[in-house]
Amino acid sequence: MHKIVLEVKNLAFTYEKKCVLKDINFTIEDGEYVGIIGENGSGKSTLLNILIGNLKPMHGTVNIYAEKIGYLSQQVRNFNKKFPATVEEIIAANLYSEMGLFKILNKEHKKKIDYVLDLVNMKEYKSRLIGNLSGGQQQRVFVARLLVNDPEIIFMDEPIVGLDEDSIRSFYDIMDKLNSELGITIIMVTHDTMTMGKKAHKIISLQDTEMKMHTHNLQK
Amino acid sequence: MDILQYDFMRRALIIGIIVSLNCSTIGLFLVLRRFSMVGDTISHVALAGVALGMVTGIYPIYSAVVVSIIASIGIEKLRKSYKEYSELALSIVLAAGIGIASLLISLDQANTNGIMSYLFGSIALVTKQDLVMISIIGSLILLMVIFFYRALFYITFDEESAKYAGISVNRVNIFFSILIALTITLSMRIVGILLVSSLMVLPVATSLQVAKSFKGALIYSNIFGLFAVVSGLVVSFYLDVAPGGSIVMISLLMLMLVISSKWIYGKTITKRI
Repeated sequence: MHKIVLEVKNLAFTYEKKCVLKDINFTIEDGEYVGIIGENGSGKSTLLNILIGNLKPMHGTVNIYAEKIGYLSQQVRNFNKKFPATVEEIIAANLYSEMGLFKILNKEHKKKIDYVLDLVNMKEYKSRLIGNLSGGQQQRVFVARLLVNDPEIIFMDEPIVGLDEDSIRSFYDIMDKLNSELGITIIMVTHDTMTMGKKAHKIISLQDTEMKMHTHNLQK
Repeated sequence: MDILQYDFMRRALIIGIIVSLNCSTIGLFLVLRRFSMVGDTISHVALAGVALGMVTGIYPIYSAVVVSIIASIGIEKLRKSYKEYSELALSIVLAAGIGIASLLISLDQANTNGIMSYLFGSIALVTKQDLVMISIIGSLILLMVIFFYRALFYITFDEESAKYAGISVNRVNIFFSILIALTITLSMRIVGILLVSSLMVLPVATSLQVAKSFKGALIYSNIFGLFAVVSGLVVSFYLDVAPGGSIVMISLLMLMLVISSKWIYGKTITKRI
């Protein structure tokens, strides 16, 4: 039996007197690939923000049994495209807490950066400026930035919005690799119900404040 | 060299080197956060601090440091209250600074007649006390930037993700506000209140034309800043003009040179293709 990494009990959230979420209950196990789907305004992003601790629920509890989590926000690609930073510098920023007093990258850090860039097929772009990459490549760099901290769970908010078809395909391939080979739990808010239907182990569907959960018998 | 025979010139050059390194370094983070106008605002508030010092008989740089730090933290707080109109925070603080400064100057003209040297900078009036204070605080600012380099870089690039990476963004922002205030007040002795923000922006603007990484931008902006300040001070000595003006004009000239050579080089490449 897999261990539970996320447990949500009786969760409710109200925004400006309007009930957005109520009676939300679910658990997510280690290594699961979970899609949170629903119409615009159904509360998907609100639920994700509660899960990562950005919003406080009115009722209920959220328990995360993981030491390290990663979060890829919807706004992550809205950065200043003229920012003079290389891919390596962007990823090194997430090693901040692991560095010494003067925050200098050592050999181990550099090896780790190479490893995560290899995982997202971006190793040869290490010295390129982040603003000169395509949207899909930038998104892969931001995934690598999360991976450098060895997260057990990665939360993502609409990660494929604005990407072209090829970039979406390669993004999902990387997610498959992270989930099946590295055992990382993936929780993704998305409109892409079709792909989630094929790939996710669990789908949390939100509609009119209520939640339905479908569990697929896909092998983890 | 003639120029180095004079005590005041040696002092001015040492202060100039420290000030240029501080301005270019802090300026890079400011420009990339799109806060270029912060330098202008704080420097106008520093004018109120200088006037306050002159009126009350306190060493003007001390009073300017205190007043600028308060204003800088105030801007950071107001920026959060007016998220959609962050430039409004700057206008409010700038108005307060200029208002207080003009009141103090007009109320006590006898004690504030030396204010011109703070407006445009001065080499001859740089004292030993200025040298000691600027050297200590300037070196501390650089050390602090080295220490907080990764956190500042992360917040400058992506404030939201920095929070999730475990950086206490609010604390670092307040701390950075203090560094901005200190840099401006230290620099005004040489460059002058009216031109200090140009020294924070122009070398950075030039470096962004050529840099291929963040580290590169930091190194280039320091080189451009250093060259502008040292050559500006030399020009100021020989032509007997205000150092602020010569430093800023050399910075501007460097920017124009880099932009035009990039343009010419670009044209040549296009023609070859």
